[in-house]
Amino acid sequence: MTTHGHKVLGEVLVELRNVGKRYGRGDKYTEALRGINLTIREGEFVALLGPSGCGKSTLLRIIAGLIGASEGEVLYRGKPLRGVNPNTTIVFQSFALYPWLTVQENVEAALEPLGVPRLERTKRALRLIDHVGLDGFETAYPRELSGGMRQKVGFARAMAVEPELLCLDEPFSALDVLSAESLRGELMELWLSGGIPTKAILMVSHNIEEAVFMADRLVIMDKNPGHIVADIPNNLPHPRRRKEKAFLAMVDQVYGQIVGKTRPEAEELGSAPGEPGATRALPAAPINAISGLLERVNEELTNKIDIYRLADEFVNDYDEILPIIEAVELLGFASVEAGDLSLTPLGQAFAEGSIQARKEIFAARVKRVPMIRWILSMLKAQSDQRLSWDVFIAALSREFPPEVAERQLDTAVDWGRYAELFSYDNSDNTIFIETEQPISQPAPMP
Amino acid sequence: MEALRRKTIFATGQGDAAYLGWADILILLGLAVAVYLGVQLASSTPPSLARAEIDLNPQVLPYYALQSVRRMAAAYILSLLFSIVYGYFAARSRSAERVLLPVLDVLQSVPILSFLPVVVLALTAVLPQAVAVELAAIVLIFTSQVWNMTYSFYQSLRTLPRELREAASVFRFNWWWRFRRVDLPFASIGLLWNSVMSWAGGWFFLMAAEIFTVGDKDFRLPGVGSYLQEAANANDTTAILYGVLTLVLIVVLLDQLVWRPLLVWVEKFKIETVENDNPPTSWFYNLLSGSRLAGALHQVLIVGTIKALDRRLGGARRFEPAEQERPLHWTQRAARILALTIFVVIVIALGIQLIQLLLSVSLDDYGRVAAGTVATALRVLSAMLIAMAWTIPLGVLIGSNPRLANFLQPLVQIAASTPATAFFPLIVLVIVSNGISFNVAAVLLMLLGTQWYVLFNVIAGTTAIPKDLRDMTDLLRFKGWNRWRKLILPSLFPYLITGLITASGGAWNASIVAEYAEFGQQTYNVIGLGALISEATAKGDFGLLTAATLTMSVVVVIINRYFWRRLYRLAAERYTME
Repeated sequence: MTTHGHKVLGEVLVELRNVGKRYGRGDKYTEALRGINLTIREGEFVALLGPSGCGKSTLLRIIAGLIGASEGEVLYRGKPLRGVNPNTTIVFQSFALYPWLTVQENVEAALEPLGVPRLERTKRALRLIDHVGLDGFETAYPRELSGGMRQKVGFARAMAVEPELLCLDEPFSALDVLSAESLRGELMELWLSGGIPTKAILMVSHNIEEAVFMADRLVIMDKNPGHIVADIPNNLPHPRRRKEKAFLAMVDQVYGQIVGKTRPEAEELGSAPGEPGATRALPAAPINAISGLLERVNEELTNKIDIYRLADEFVNDYDEILPIIEAVELLGFASVEAGDLSLTPLGQAFAEGSIQARKEIFAARVKRVPMIRWILSMLKAQSDQRLSWDVFIAALSREFPPEVAERQLDTAVDWGRYAELFSYDNSDNTIFIETEQPISQPAPMP
Repeated sequence: MEALRRKTIFATGQGDAAYLGWADILILLGLAVAVYLGVQLASSTPPSLARAEIDLNPQVLPYYALQSVRRMAAAYILSLLFSIVYGYFAARSRSAERVLLPVLDVLQSVPILSFLPVVVLALTAVLPQAVAVELAAIVLIFTSQVWNMTYSFYQSLRTLPRELREAASVFRFNWWWRFRRVDLPFASIGLLWNSVMSWAGGWFFLMAAEIFTVGDKDFRLPGVGSYLQEAANANDTTAILYGVLTLVLIVVLLDQLVWRPLLVWVEKFKIETVENDNPPTSWFYNLLSGSRLAGALHQVLIVGTIKALDRRLGGARRFEPAEQERPLHWTQRAARILALTIFVVIVIALGIQLIQLLLSVSLDDYGRVAAGTVATALRVLSAMLIAMAWTIPLGVLIGSNPRLANFLQPLVQIAASTPATAFFPLIVLVIVSNGISFNVAAVLLMLLGTQWYVLFNVIAGTTAIPKDLRDMTDLLRFKGWNRWRKLILPSLFPYLITGLITASGGAWNASIVAEYAEFGQQTYNVIGLGALISEATAKGDFGLLTAATLTMSVVVVIINRYFWRRLYRLAAERYTME
């Protein structure tokens, strides 16, 4: 059945042909996915990776039949999919257990609608609970269990309906590191030993190491709109060891794919709202995170670091570090190539500068960012150099979905405030240019 | 602790729209038409009816109490069913939501009491009187109980975590499984806490419904409310005491034997996955859960019923087309437009007749409506000020002192759930016989009915002040007024607003009973909108009744939209602890 711990590929289960997904109607719509082609076969363990907002979860839900596609075809075993796919189930990030049901009732609840007789239901539920190692906790309520144990119930419940395709929506990201690791191991054991009737697994992940550890295929997506950029086979033999060279090389390669490569400045900056060309969206990076990252890279003698190491040191999910990397690239403080982040001289100056020097460097750079430039010019056009928050939101809403527009402006104001270019008045919701000389003596540090 | 939970769950529907939209105007029109239709029916009632006999012998009190509770229970069950159905549709269907939500919003701010004559008279026109009056009382209580419950249920369905919803879909729950396994359990806590509040509010209106007369038409019903009024009429202090005692006893019994156990039981449906360190307790619940007989009955009756329902209604969801927004077919569009046109035509036709009725009211009467509106507004305002003046200090004291809270909280709860209307006859009697202005009585009566909302919210707000913030305030040595200004008042603000919104709505409503009273052969009243409504009811002047009722509805809706909602938003944005 297995060769080097790999399963022999069988029939095609899922086939997506040119799938797209739009939200909204008429002119006002946002495109979540475009031109997705993907095939999943029996025996495959596929991981979906990509920055947040790239539509991985949407894609998973389209395959599970929770959401319909707006374009293209979704086939399951060659037949078009209508409604919830009866051959799949999802293990959710938040576990999605019913808190008012016991462990056993939660597992049985999945079997009730299928008309499984009561005795059979109980038997199956107890067997699965035993299987995932929760024997003795049948009558416990989810709130009495730890996160890892709760997710075990999530897995037991999913397996109770014996799905052909098991969909995992970041199942380990709400768990502590150790529970997550042990649960991953247990799932791999079940999957590789063929102890479950599941024929294929599709997992959305925010953790590249986890994906490389578990999956045989890494499908990498990018955003605006969500599309697939790479499909990397992972033939490392099982069991995989995280510190092995080949493993690290794989992780590095995937990071390289996801973070991409810093483009020339003009291209990196993009255009302002209202100008021709795609508006450059601001990554949601807080100032403190930007300085923290630059300081860390500056500690390296070469001023250069492997991004996966950075992620490994600070966060579990690459998702948290991507916007910060994007921000330092945009501001010209660092550049990215082949999964490495290197400081530019400017970035180095920032990392080593005093509070005041940092503010000045930041201000000089942030003025080049089209969105900031656009805000400044709008404000300067006003006689009192003030404009309502809503005006900016209205303008940005032409280019972004409403909640993204809010986030964009939040980041812009955060950056603008730090650079002391403009500020925000909470009492009347306006953004304004500060007229008095705002930079006085730097406050002494306590 | 309980008050704290109340605050979060009882927050009434403060949606986003701060201005009157088309939907609101349509609803107000619809409401006006409904009033008009009721009035039409009402004016065709036969003029003289037999007077109900109310016995003052204390021995009949248990029977009367039972009658009152029966009415309450019928209205409550009706409210529960309505809430679930209405909330379900509003939450499930996008297009239904657009209509149902604004309707709910207006209906919950309309003075219920002034609809009583219309409902009673309209029903007597089509049903035998005995049935009609019972039904009218039930309908009235229903309208006082239902809105917050409906809103709570709707809100719960809308806030159901996405992944729980998706899990239900992935595991192919059909509507029944979904309702019983997911929607109802999730909504149960909010629904129950709101039921408790609705039940208390229901008493208030039950009292009014039982002692109802229009002109020479006597529609009184045998019950505790009518007993109390009859006792006051007869100046029989012993009977009044018996009546009040019975009422308090019922309130306490129901609280201990029904609501409390339910509140304990419903804790298990809490979504928070951490244990509550201060859950509600009930001796009766403990008794029941230790009893074999109760267990067996539960097994047979409740579990049995649920199983039977499961067998009948449960099943896997068929393959439905996935959620997809698709444009309407032209026939659907045409049907919609047609339905809307018919509706608008009917509304306009009836609206014209309504305007004729309103035109028949003399200019003089309109002057009284205007003067009454101002007077009642001033009375509501003073009631709110007095309520704040005593509830803020006391609430802060209770809220910041757990030992005091343990001792006072149950007393406050009983006081709050004893209907103020029960004391109206007594208070009027005392005040009038001592030669004090009836104005004082009116404000006092409004206050009695509404101050509790403010008190509860102040207590909740105080307990919600984070400990760190208190400690910091101590470290900074803020004392006296400075402490109130810097810490306590800003923290209380959102809670205070929530309490005041409910209280002022209640006060407008209470003005109808508070500003006008008849005892023996005497009529006591003051200038006011509520008094006008009562007076028009007593005289059978339907033109004036309609004009005054509509004025009150519009005024309350406008005050809510333009005054409270703004404050509420300010509170939510600026003064909310995160």
